[in-house]
Amino acid sequence: MTALEPSAIVQRGPRRQWSLVIGLIVITTSVLIAVFGPFLVQHDPTAFVSSDAFIPSGSTAWLGTDYLGRDLLSRLITGTRITLAMAFAATFFAHILGDTLGLLAAIRGGIADAFISRFVDVLLSLPKIIVGLVVVAALGSSTSILIAVAGIVYASGVFRVARALGADIVVMDFVRAARARGERLPWLLFGEVLPNVALPLATDFALRLSFAILFMSSLSFLGLGIQPPNADWGGLVRENLSGLSAGSLAPIFPALAIAAVTISLNLIVDSLGDRRYQDTRGL
Amino acid sequence: MDKVLVFILRRLALAGVILWIVSLLVFAGCEILPGDVAQVALGQYATPESVRALRTELGLDRPAPERYLDWLEGMLKGDFGRSMTTKTPVSRLLSERLRNTGILAGSTTLIAVPLAIGLGLMMALWSGGVFDRIASIVVLALSATPEFLIGTLAVLLFAVKLRWLPAIANVDPAFDVGQLSRTLLLPVGTLTLVVAGQIARMTRATVTNLLDSPFIEMAILKGVPRWRLVFVHALINVVGPLANVVALNVAYLVSGVVVVETIFAYPGMARLMVDAVGARDLPLVQACAMLFCAAYVLLILAADLIAVLFNPRARTNTQLKRLST
Repeated sequence: MTALEPSAIVQRGPRRQWSLVIGLIVITTSVLIAVFGPFLVQHDPTAFVSSDAFIPSGSTAWLGTDYLGRDLLSRLITGTRITLAMAFAATFFAHILGDTLGLLAAIRGGIADAFISRFVDVLLSLPKIIVGLVVVAALGSSTSILIAVAGIVYASGVFRVARALGADIVVMDFVRAARARGERLPWLLFGEVLPNVALPLATDFALRLSFAILFMSSLSFLGLGIQPPNADWGGLVRENLSGLSAGSLAPIFPALAIAAVTISLNLIVDSLGDRRYQDTRGL
Repeated sequence: MDKVLVFILRRLALAGVILWIVSLLVFAGCEILPGDVAQVALGQYATPESVRALRTELGLDRPAPERYLDWLEGMLKGDFGRSMTTKTPVSRLLSERLRNTGILAGSTTLIAVPLAIGLGLMMALWSGGVFDRIASIVVLALSATPEFLIGTLAVLLFAVKLRWLPAIANVDPAFDVGQLSRTLLLPVGTLTLVVAGQIARMTRATVTNLLDSPFIEMAILKGVPRWRLVFVHALINVVGPLANVVALNVAYLVSGVVVVETIFAYPGMARLMVDAVGARDLPLVQACAMLFCAAYVLLILAADLIAVLFNPRARTNTQLKRLST
């Protein structure tokens, strides 16, 4: 509990506050763009604004055009919503699944706990992108399948964190007291354990969100994620990769957007200072 | 029997069990297809007769457990079946690609590991100072940056603007060492930046943690200079954890190569697998997935074994028990 003491927050150095502010500004801006994107675009993201591909920034298209002569900025803005919404949905799914099972495993223990823990061990010892590739090969890459795969793959990590956090709480006196007075499982879960692990789980959510963004972007970059004409940021890098040899910045902008968001999420997690482990990619 | 030996045997057995479960999952994954492999290979408009013919040819009319055992047996003998699209044996497709990916990952490891550990030690040496603060931010940023940003920027700068290096890393077995290293410089450089950040971060964290211990305080009181504290007293004690970090990051390369091989059109295993997924060439996907998972599981196993062998304190019963599961 010491991490949550108000004095500990005050004692944090200026650098951490500074990285928290930068991280929050970038994330807030991206979320606003994702929400209000359709009202901000200069052009229809699927319309051809120029007969030339890869024209540089100018008044026709502020960030230039893409490989088909469409407005890159408009596609980038529309892609923000797809990227963030997909990653958020996957992370949300991962946390619902992982937190519930992890905390239940910590409270109940027993055979179910042992069984899920072993299964999670297997999932965690596999490279996530390869799991993603096998699933896409077998089931295709519809939006719901992508979200489900990312959700299940990252739920294994969430389970382990939630179970470890929960295991520290269930041995405390107030939980034993609650059990002794005959409280039922839902109360133990939501009333006693969850409030005490909510903050570290929220931190984990931010970190896991950055993993999910990288995972989805990688799949789309490989051409196995979101399918054209829609494109998330990873897909935009792929589409415009051919312009690189002509010196076009078109693939750089979406890659920068991914980097800005994932680095900001890591800055936020770092400044909250409750990192469970040092991983920054989670692939 | 020696408890460390028991631990090693248990971990080896566990790795075997994990790979067996992976083989079940990979096989089952391709069984739950809507339709089956023959249907997928021939596409939506195939006649029922041609699907049935291909099914017989591939032996798909036999029950699934029998086919699973055949597949498993073949794989243990190095026979991964035939590719659906090219009809050539999968093992022949794999051999050259496997070598190329080995070269890529191997040279990245040789360059990235000393570089990153050196950087991490220097950050620990001047911890809290200007160098450490700047390097910490750079390293955090690098370790959270996707490969495609580093890769595309590198191509733009070194291949397009400066024209020093080729943008496409299309290696040929006929290349001599000079040509090969020139071609590999950009992909290896990209992967190095990707893994070095993480290793440097963890080196710094491990060493600065250790610098708080009583024996270091004792050394400070004796008047040992700070560089000697970091490079001698601390370094010897973190060899175990560092070797562990290195093995985990080399395992990360399994994922890293997938994107980097695509950016540079490098003819490696990962691109073979991505193309196979695109073409839904399932025998090839299965073989690639098994090899990638095996490499990953073995590297993580190596990481755990190194942690135990290099650090006598990790050999207590409770620690061994924790790592055994």
